[in-house]
Amino acid sequence: MECQLGNQKPPLFLNFTEMKKRIIIIGGGIAGMTVAGALPSNEFDIILIEKEILPGGHVAKWDRLFPSRRPAKEVLDFVQKSMAKNVVIKTGSTITTIHRDQNLFTLHLNGEEPIVGDAVVLATGFDLFDARKKEEYGYGIYNNVITSEELEQIFHEGKKLTTSEGKTPQRIGIIHCVGSRDEKVGNLYCSKVCCVTGVKQAIEIKEMLPECEIFSFYMDLRMYDRNFEELYYEAQQKWGINFIRGRLSECAENPGHSLIIKTEDTLTGHPLKMTVDMIILLVGFVPSPETKRIARMLDLQTGQDGFLLSSDEHYNDNSTSVPGVFLTGAVKGPACIVNTIADARATALQIERFLITGISE
Amino acid sequence: MKIEGKRRIWKDYQKEIAEDRYFYVRSCVRQNFFPGSERTFLRIMKDELNKDVFENAAHTTCSGIGYHSDIVPFETVMTMVARQFALMTESGYENFTTSCITSFGLYTEILETWQHFPDVELRVREHLKKATGREFIVPKNLSHASDVIFKFRKEIANKAKFKLINKHTGKPIQVVEHIGCHYSRMFPSKGVGGAEYPYVLVGMIEDWGGEVIDYPERRHCCGFGFRQYLVQANRGYSLSCSKKKFDSMAPYKPDCILTNCPGCPMFLDRWQYALSEMEGITYGENGQGIPVLTYEELAGMMLGYNPWDLGLQVHQVPVEPLLDKIGIPYNPEQKFLTLDGMSIGKPETPTFLKFY
Ligand SMILES: Cc1cc2nc3c(=O)[nH]c(=O)nc-3n(C[C@H](O)[C@H](O)[C@H](O)COP(=O)(O)OP(=O)(O)OC[C@H]3O[C@@H](n4cnc5c(N)ncnc54)[C@H](O)[C@@H]3O)c2cc1C
Ligand code: SF4
Repeated sequence: MECQLGNQKPPLFLNFTEMKKRIIIIGGGIAGMTVAGALPSNEFDIILIEKEILPGGHVAKWDRLFPSRRPAKEVLDFVQKSMAKNVVIKTGSTITTIHRDQNLFTLHLNGEEPIVGDAVVLATGFDLFDARKKEEYGYGIYNNVITSEELEQIFHEGKKLTTSEGKTPQRIGIIHCVGSRDEKVGNLYCSKVCCVTGVKQAIEIKEMLPECEIFSFYMDLRMYDRNFEELYYEAQQKWGINFIRGRLSECAENPGHSLIIKTEDTLTGHPLKMTVDMIILLVGFVPSPETKRIARMLDLQTGQDGFLLSSDEHYNDNSTSVPGVFLTGAVKGPACIVNTIADARATALQIERFLITGISE
Repeated sequence: MKIEGKRRIWKDYQKEIAEDRYFYVRSCVRQNFFPGSERTFLRIMKDELNKDVFENAAHTTCSGIGYHSDIVPFETVMTMVARQFALMTESGYENFTTSCITSFGLYTEILETWQHFPDVELRVREHLKKATGREFIVPKNLSHASDVIFKFRKEIANKAKFKLINKHTGKPIQVVEHIGCHYSRMFPSKGVGGAEYPYVLVGMIEDWGGEVIDYPERRHCCGFGFRQYLVQANRGYSLSCSKKKFDSMAPYKPDCILTNCPGCPMFLDRWQYALSEMEGITYGENGQGIPVLTYEELAGMMLGYNPWDLGLQVHQVPVEPLLDKIGIPYNPEQKFLTLDGMSIGKPETPTFLKFY
């Protein structure tokens, strides 16, 4: 399916002596769209392939963004508008095979003619950790255990946050590091953005439900970027949100569907048991199986964390060991929007250099 | 509670349980605690299900309690377990079934260790050979006896004379299930249903007509916890663990507690008596306790075995209220008689716990 954003349809199987070089971008999140927007569209044919019906990736699901709480739509609109009209966007498309032959890449999409291109960008992003895997937290079993993604959806749809019984929650627990920094689930890495997302969401709950008590259970608060620490201060000073350093060990359901959580307060050195009306699990990033499948077809390398590896983590972080294949955005691991956009712009420059000079590094 | 969430997890944790020809090893403590249980297992397996279950008289303790109390070192324990495997091999069996949960956990831990460190297995083989001249093959299938009853739960349901239904209300009997820690907490994939929402007892309860209670302290320790009981000074801790569980389950009005470990029924049963004497608290209706059963006892009850043949008279919390609810007949006159009619003596009447 071709999306309304693109309005020209070049022939897909090309005679390359006469035609412009073609770049195929896989993934229409902010990373993929930014690459498409940053490349000179008069010099190259640009095709963006997105598996969902609409582009936008995860950001399309978020309501307001940290740290300033500007609407996510503003950023999304900016990135979408930055793409020239002649970028062809194919949505609802699944790649069946992809292979490289003599510096050309041939992609087969389900039920369509093959597409041939000179460079491929993998901008397939990430998946969210499946919280059901932390069985002891009871996601998918206890009614009032939800994820940060679901909370964003509630905000996004302008709904009121209620318990599964339709009551206004009086006390909410926010659980950090769900599926990240956790050897038990096999993910040692930090997902970087969930701490600040948790702080942002706590404030947003307070704005919506001023009477609600909020307890955030964290391992460390990783407020690494500009204005993050300030947001954390605001959460405590202005909104009275409680931050307790301790990891959740288990959650169980009380009669009446409130939850009992067991954790510890490592600063006071005491185990802690608390009743809350609901808990919000800050789910982390995981590499997507689709990305892994495409990476296998292209012979790309993955790191120990399962995310894709670039040629060099410092000075060649967008090219790969396969000339003509580039990586951008969260396909390489957890990243916020600022970093994703900067990374995507760098990717565009590298592709351009590659297609003009043949140098991929 | 979304039951489909639990069902999804249960699907993820299926395990292979042998169909027949079991080499059965008893527990070193269960026959004192609940003397009818192992006998009932053998009776069901042989008489009802026509299975080949073999016991070897040379079998000894696995010393799991010593191991988990930091008294017996792992090397020693592994060699003792290797000897049990040798007994199985010499008897011509390949499927090893344990009565005890701690043994099951220990056997699982040892087999996993050997799988990851084959040199350790070789060393243990050498130790065993030097000490006893014996050799062994590693079991083809390792199961706990509750796995086996779980496997045949539908066959038992088909032969059952009773269902877990309250005959006065027509409603399912409400059951609290409690799994021994060493069943699947160390190796979730080795237990039916995993570690967080184990299915092994739930499957029996559901197929026999009852309903399972999910209460907040479901995962909490039964009160045994090894050193919290074995070290005398810690026993208050043991008692408080059990109390925490009773306090948490009581609002759901359970009709009974079902267990699959030697220690859990012991502590959940005996500590109800201790708590009633110390605090005057009882957790059932009208001064009754909450009867605590082993899965073999429950299977035997469903099959219509005489409650006194199952050993229910040695429970500290009387089981009669449950028998009455289900409609299982029993003769109070025979409660404290041996099979040949001799008196086994009558316990003292508790101060608060209703006695039958
Ligand atoms: C709960 C949460 C809240 C967040 N809030 C913020 C915030 O407030 N501010 C901020 O800066 N960052 C935030 N982030 C981070 C932000 O979501 C990421 O930085 C951003 O999504 C990365 O964009 P991306 O395009 O690399 O990946 P994605 O957003 O994952 O986009 C990847 C795209 O590729 C598509 N795709 C995947 N596989 C294929 C395939 N095989 N074929 C075709 N298409 C495919 C996907 O459908 C998707 O459209 C948040 C993250 C989380 C988890
Ligand atoms: S960002 Fe915070 S919540 Fe997320 S994984 Fe890192 S430490 Fe945990």
